[in-house]
Amino acid sequence: MRDVAIVGANMIKFGRYPDKDLVQLASEAAIGALKDAGITMNEVQMVVSGNLYQANAMVGQRIMKEIGATGVPVVNVANACATGSTAFREAYLAVASGAYDIALAIGSEQMGKMGLLTGFGDRDPSYSSEGVMGTGLMPGVFGQTGVEHMRKYGTTAEQFAKIAVKNHKHSVHNPYAQYQVETPLEDVINARVIAWPNTLYMCCPTGDGAAAAVLMSAEKARQYTKQPVWVAASVLTSDPWTQRNPIMFDVNTLTRNAAEEAYEKAGIGPEDLSMVELHDCFATAELVHYENLMLCGEGEAGRLIDEGETYVGGRIPVNASGGLLSKGHPLGATGVANIVEVAWHLRGQAGGRQVEGAKVGLAHVIGLGSACTIHILKK
Amino acid sequence: MTQEQVATEKKIKPLVPFLKIPDKYPDEPAYLWGSKCKSCGTVYLGSRIACAKCASTGPFEEVRLSDEGEIYVFSVVHQTVPGLEAPYVAAIIDLAEGVAVRANVYGLDPLNPSPQWFGKKVKMYTEKIRVDREGNDVIAAKFKVVDGK
Ligand SMILES: [Zn+2]
Repeated sequence: MRDVAIVGANMIKFGRYPDKDLVQLASEAAIGALKDAGITMNEVQMVVSGNLYQANAMVGQRIMKEIGATGVPVVNVANACATGSTAFREAYLAVASGAYDIALAIGSEQMGKMGLLTGFGDRDPSYSSEGVMGTGLMPGVFGQTGVEHMRKYGTTAEQFAKIAVKNHKHSVHNPYAQYQVETPLEDVINARVIAWPNTLYMCCPTGDGAAAAVLMSAEKARQYTKQPVWVAASVLTSDPWTQRNPIMFDVNTLTRNAAEEAYEKAGIGPEDLSMVELHDCFATAELVHYENLMLCGEGEAGRLIDEGETYVGGRIPVNASGGLLSKGHPLGATGVANIVEVAWHLRGQAGGRQVEGAKVGLAHVIGLGSACTIHILKK
Repeated sequence: MTQEQVATEKKIKPLVPFLKIPDKYPDEPAYLWGSKCKSCGTVYLGSRIACAKCASTGPFEEVRLSDEGEIYVFSVVHQTVPGLEAPYVAAIIDLAEGVAVRANVYGLDPLNPSPQWFGKKVKMYTEKIRVDREGNDVIAAKFKVVDGK
């Protein structure tokens, strides 16, 4: 496999755009990434588009018809919340394999005010087991994930709440975040409970968004930029069998597997990381991933947040962007946006939230069901 | 209309495929059932095409699962789909056969969730919860806390 660099990176501010359509949002992000790379669609040799809600509607080709219908191959990708990062990985593989020299990855989603509560399709809703035989809704599922950590290590509801305090504090410096509002600990704890122990401010908002990245072979990258961001590892895992997994989603095992593989491939350990952007769809998720990504030892995640080590300025800043909790979570865009954020930090372009001297960063995303991607990027 | 015709028109149906409702229900209680992989011993809810753990394509042995289990973990869901009563305690219940099941647990105060709930003994019961589009009664499995445990 060849070395691959990110040469263009861009995202639009996440939020709600009722007056724009999906193609407009995605095109804006894609053109920004192309300009950032100093190229046009004429130089792009293949495109991967990640989108979930319109997965059957050729989103990639529709974007091409808006920004440059050059006739190059387009692949449309869907992989739950890991849709965007899977699209990025497919573009990475296309270049790493030697098949193409320049690829464009786009992640986009338009969700409006639709929540993460799932529908029941065409089936008779009388047979929905929700609220009768437990829960399959995301807030409850990730509530259980946190409660499992409580059971194992005595983690408290307050420790989970502190994750939200941190991420919302970081968001104040991120103009691309949907919400830029600080939430003190008592506000988080006293907010309406969505699914215990997660309260309103501990759940990510849904919305609209798009992000894009231009990937190039080493030779091309040197031609177009003085600041290439190298992809040191690109890993995708699915669930291995675990005891309760058929009915209780296990976000831990596949993340651990991905982390081990990524650190191994990159020849970089967790101690070498300058920063991490991880999948905090709920505050409970971020805490368990501290251990899954080996940012601390088993059972130490509560201490990590108590001691403020994951704040910008701390030992290992996590979600300097404000995380999904503040930035929002337009499903197909999220995975590309996480990578864009890390790339900006490595180039020193992250403004008020910049992690000083960032050299190596990790972007982690989980799509429940499950798919886990980890990308390790370095200067 | 004969009695037999009436009986075939309105059926009693389980909410989930791994809940078995005997012909003589409710005189004979409904129960949870699963499939055990004869190669590796893993038990699954309901039927299986192959084993997710060892990839064996069978044979599988049908097993009747315990009515009693214990709470592994839970959440308390406050915000849910329209029409459902909330909050509810949504738990993962470990059964003796080594298989887990999603369940609502009754007999706990949803407004005071507590680590004391871990490992609590619970017992299954069944209840008619709805009538489906075709007029059949839909029966669900629910769990309640076993007194004093
Ligand atoms: Zn087996």
